[in-house]
Amino acid sequence: MTINEAIGAFLIFTGSLFYVLSSLGLIRMPDVYNRMQTATKSATLASLGVMIGVGIYSPCCFPKALVIALFLLLTNPISAHALIRAAYRSGIPLWEGSIVDKYKEALKEEGEQ
Amino acid sequence: MGEASKVSRYLYTVIILFVIWLFLTNSLDPQELTMGFVLSLIIAALTYQVFTKYGLSNLHPKRILYTVAYIPYFLWAMIMANLDVAYRVLHPKRPINPGIVEIKTNLTNDIAKLVLANSITLTPGTMSVDVKGDRLYIHWIDVKDPSLEGASKHIGKPFEKFLRVIFHDDN
Amino acid sequence: MTIIEVSLVLIAIATVLSMYRVFRGPTTVDRIIAIDIMTTITTGLMVLFALYYKRAIFLDVALVYAVLAFLGVIAFARYLEGGL
Repeated sequence: MTINEAIGAFLIFTGSLFYVLSSLGLIRMPDVYNRMQTATKSATLASLGVMIGVGIYSPCCFPKALVIALFLLLTNPISAHALIRAAYRSGIPLWEGSIVDKYKEALKEEGEQ
Repeated sequence: MGEASKVSRYLYTVIILFVIWLFLTNSLDPQELTMGFVLSLIIAALTYQVFTKYGLSNLHPKRILYTVAYIPYFLWAMIMANLDVAYRVLHPKRPINPGIVEIKTNLTNDIAKLVLANSITLTPGTMSVDVKGDRLYIHWIDVKDPSLEGASKHIGKPFEKFLRVIFHDDN
Repeated sequence: MTIIEVSLVLIAIATVLSMYRVFRGPTTVDRIIAIDIMTTITTGLMVLFALYYKRAIFLDVALVYAVLAFLGVIAFARYLEGGL
């Protein structure tokens, strides 16, 4: 096992652990918003880890793996943002333990104008 | 700062498209290079008006330097965010304290605001819900300071000094 | 069993775990979020398959899959907001 294979395998393994973590977050958190938070963050870092790891493991694939990783890094937050806004607008309430909601006030002000 | 000339915007688009082509094809064969160059010229002619506003001045050394400095900072913030998430998910009592707060940003450029919102989404415990003018609405998993000033200082400020230089926000 | 095979098994477990949220719900957005996460995980799985079977063509498949999944999620979000 050469040194770059070792580094690549380490990154791939860490990435897959974070994938498992993101699906655990999906199961354990109490409402849509918290699920989205935990799942999106760890899934994005996990994809970054797996793809850079694959690129380092076999250097011939590095540019293309990097392109996929950058694409996911750009689009994952955007789709999370779009979904979370859609969730709020379609009337899903925050978890009952939430302590502040400034967005509701802003939407109400907008409605009055 | 106004818009750059058409030639500079066109050349910038060609350069970016050709670099993407190089990454996708992953070969230096002359046929591939010629085809990619011709395609870049054609596509750039069709899209340069929506693709960029500032043209070649995006490739100014100072901006590239700040972009390169932003990457490790951002990656570090992301790894911290994930350790934070791991702690919250695996802790048996689920220590969360969520809420939606409002923050104010000084950035005026649309792309800069997009990158700010994306960076906020990927860093510890925060996720952007909506952008209205200079206000961002952030879902925060562990609210420490619900006031406007405190939250802005806590969430947005660290990124803004990089993004202001990278995306031409000179005011 | 090499470390790559262990990672493949872990990713498969992650997919099955997020499947739980798809069946359980309780709201539509929960299911769509779970599917979004599943597509991200599947993209990672495809890239890892490209390494495991030594076929670079799987990387192109993963790229196209990522683009299509992104478009699908955006379309779902527009639909939920009532803009479609």
